[in-house]
Amino acid sequence: MTVVALLAVLIQALHTVGAIGPGFDSWRPVAIIVVLWFIAIDVMVYVDGGVKGQRLLFLLPALQITLALIIFPTLFGLIVAFTQWDLGGVSGPVFNGLDNFRKMASDGFFWNALGNNFKYVLVAVPLQYVIAFGVALLLNQGIRGQKFFRVAFLVPFMISPVAVGWMVGRSILDANRGVVPKGLDRIGLDRISFFDQPVPAFLGIIAMDSWVAVPFIMVLLLAGLQALPTEVFEAAQIDGASPWKRFWNITFPLMLPVSVTAIVLRVIFEFKLVDIVRVVTAGGPGGATDTLSLYIYREGVESSNVGYATAMAMVFLIVVLVSVTLLLIFAARKVRDVVY
Amino acid sequence: MSATTIPYEAPRRRTNWPRLLGRVGIYAALIVWTVIFLFPLYWTVTTSIKPKEAVIQGPKLFPWIDFAPSNAGWFPLLFEQGQRSAFVRHFQNTLSVSLIAAVCAVILGSLAAYGLSRFQYRYGPYDNTQIRNFFLAQLILPPAAVALPILLMFINLGLKDTREGLVLMYTIMNLPIVIWIMFDQFNAIPIELDHAAQVDGASEWGAFLRIVLPIAAPGLVAAYILTVVLCWNEYFIALVLSSTNAVTLPFMIAGQVTSQGVKWWSMAALTCAAIAPLLVIGVLLERFIVRGLTAGSVK
Repeated sequence: MTVVALLAVLIQALHTVGAIGPGFDSWRPVAIIVVLWFIAIDVMVYVDGGVKGQRLLFLLPALQITLALIIFPTLFGLIVAFTQWDLGGVSGPVFNGLDNFRKMASDGFFWNALGNNFKYVLVAVPLQYVIAFGVALLLNQGIRGQKFFRVAFLVPFMISPVAVGWMVGRSILDANRGVVPKGLDRIGLDRISFFDQPVPAFLGIIAMDSWVAVPFIMVLLLAGLQALPTEVFEAAQIDGASPWKRFWNITFPLMLPVSVTAIVLRVIFEFKLVDIVRVVTAGGPGGATDTLSLYIYREGVESSNVGYATAMAMVFLIVVLVSVTLLLIFAARKVRDVVY
Repeated sequence: MSATTIPYEAPRRRTNWPRLLGRVGIYAALIVWTVIFLFPLYWTVTTSIKPKEAVIQGPKLFPWIDFAPSNAGWFPLLFEQGQRSAFVRHFQNTLSVSLIAAVCAVILGSLAAYGLSRFQYRYGPYDNTQIRNFFLAQLILPPAAVALPILLMFINLGLKDTREGLVLMYTIMNLPIVIWIMFDQFNAIPIELDHAAQVDGASEWGAFLRIVLPIAAPGLVAAYILTVVLCWNEYFIALVLSSTNAVTLPFMIAGQVTSQGVKWWSMAALTCAAIAPLLVIGVLLERFIVRGLTAGSVK
């Protein structure tokens, strides 16, 4: 089976580059052979592998699908990144060396979108964290109807960002039809046309993104608050510490591990921000709200310029991986300093 | 409440004004937040029964007071052939893709999580920690980074614009989340249970399927529901991979733009119908969603 699968891949690869004549029209039969090969490996491992094989079978399917749908496409993307490939054209991929990367270096849209990604992370995540912490603290005050508030505060998490973009972004925040600009008008601010100017547009996107994201952080922080040992607080109360002091000297440090988890997860998701932006501003005005994911989509799918878009995607992947890794290292150090 | 647990509490004879004010402040703040969190929902529901004029004239808030309700939004969605069949098609796509992808992700993810929580693997330099981190690291991966190579692959394989293609992508995208939740879940179940089952003659797979899995059911439900919610609302991958056939509900919401402008009433009615199942899940199964979201981060 292994031989058959490898042979099929080899023949088809040679056929695709044009070295030999025989082969299939598409890779579909080869993909089917590879899937059968994966299944054959699973069966063999279980039947012939003994205890060790039976244990391996727990991991194997997850590894195989990851290999097929993450590792392989990424490697394939690395090749595509060095080609000029117009999906609409007839020529197919043409190797063009480092051209894509040279183009990227001088592409204002690329740098603007990448910069915006970092701006979103730096502005939105701290804001969402502070708001979520505040709401979680309120909910943790032994209030009545906690269940009602918890469910109500989870609602935005259940709503699709596309719906949020349309109903909030283009309806509630709309200059003519919307409630918020009208309300701001009443209290003396001129009717803001949110999505015509760079800074209000950027803040408007952040507001909507926060509306969706705060419930997630709040749920994490509330669970953390409820797991805190009560003895410490009782002792502090006997000592006469003010609520303010109790928060900064006890709650906040004890919550640090949970906070770090919440912030790291939010940073990861903030880098992926795309759907709200696409629906509400499509990156405008003047690229003020653009994100790299959206620019990659416009180049790769709307303009069919796959080679260049994939090159950007690979750079994006590396930037995000490096940023999050640095953040994790920094966060681990911070937590260690405070907790131990 | 007995006096022994809270001996320091002040006697409750006279009204404690600062405390009372504090309480009022807390409830006031909570109500403000409730309004912020629920208002868009209210706006969507009211917009869905607004006539065209009420939308154009500017913000109208209260049905029957500010404007006379109209059925322009709901009627075509429920009774007009074209609109209704389009809605049913999008709804079926979303439903089947979300439910099936979540099943696949939960099966593959809990198998891997169980293996990682119970056995010691070692392949060259890679042991359990590294394998687990390898899976979790995929959470970092932005969908945009793999979307294009996947698109090219799927075009060649005939999987573009099919439900199967979306199911595959949603499975792999949610696999790390399921592994995260289930690893935590299995670790909380004592390994002695497995050993006891094995003494009684069960194999390792038998112990997993018959003993451990039923105990881990709440975690499975949490992982499943969270995955369904994430798939239901996903837009970017669907946008890249689908065009006319495997289109999901977010497509239809975004598709209410006509040459005469946006049909807000239709869009609002459609949005209500699209998010209603999730809201019901959210209200009834909030416990499981919270459990899924907090797995592994709160000890």
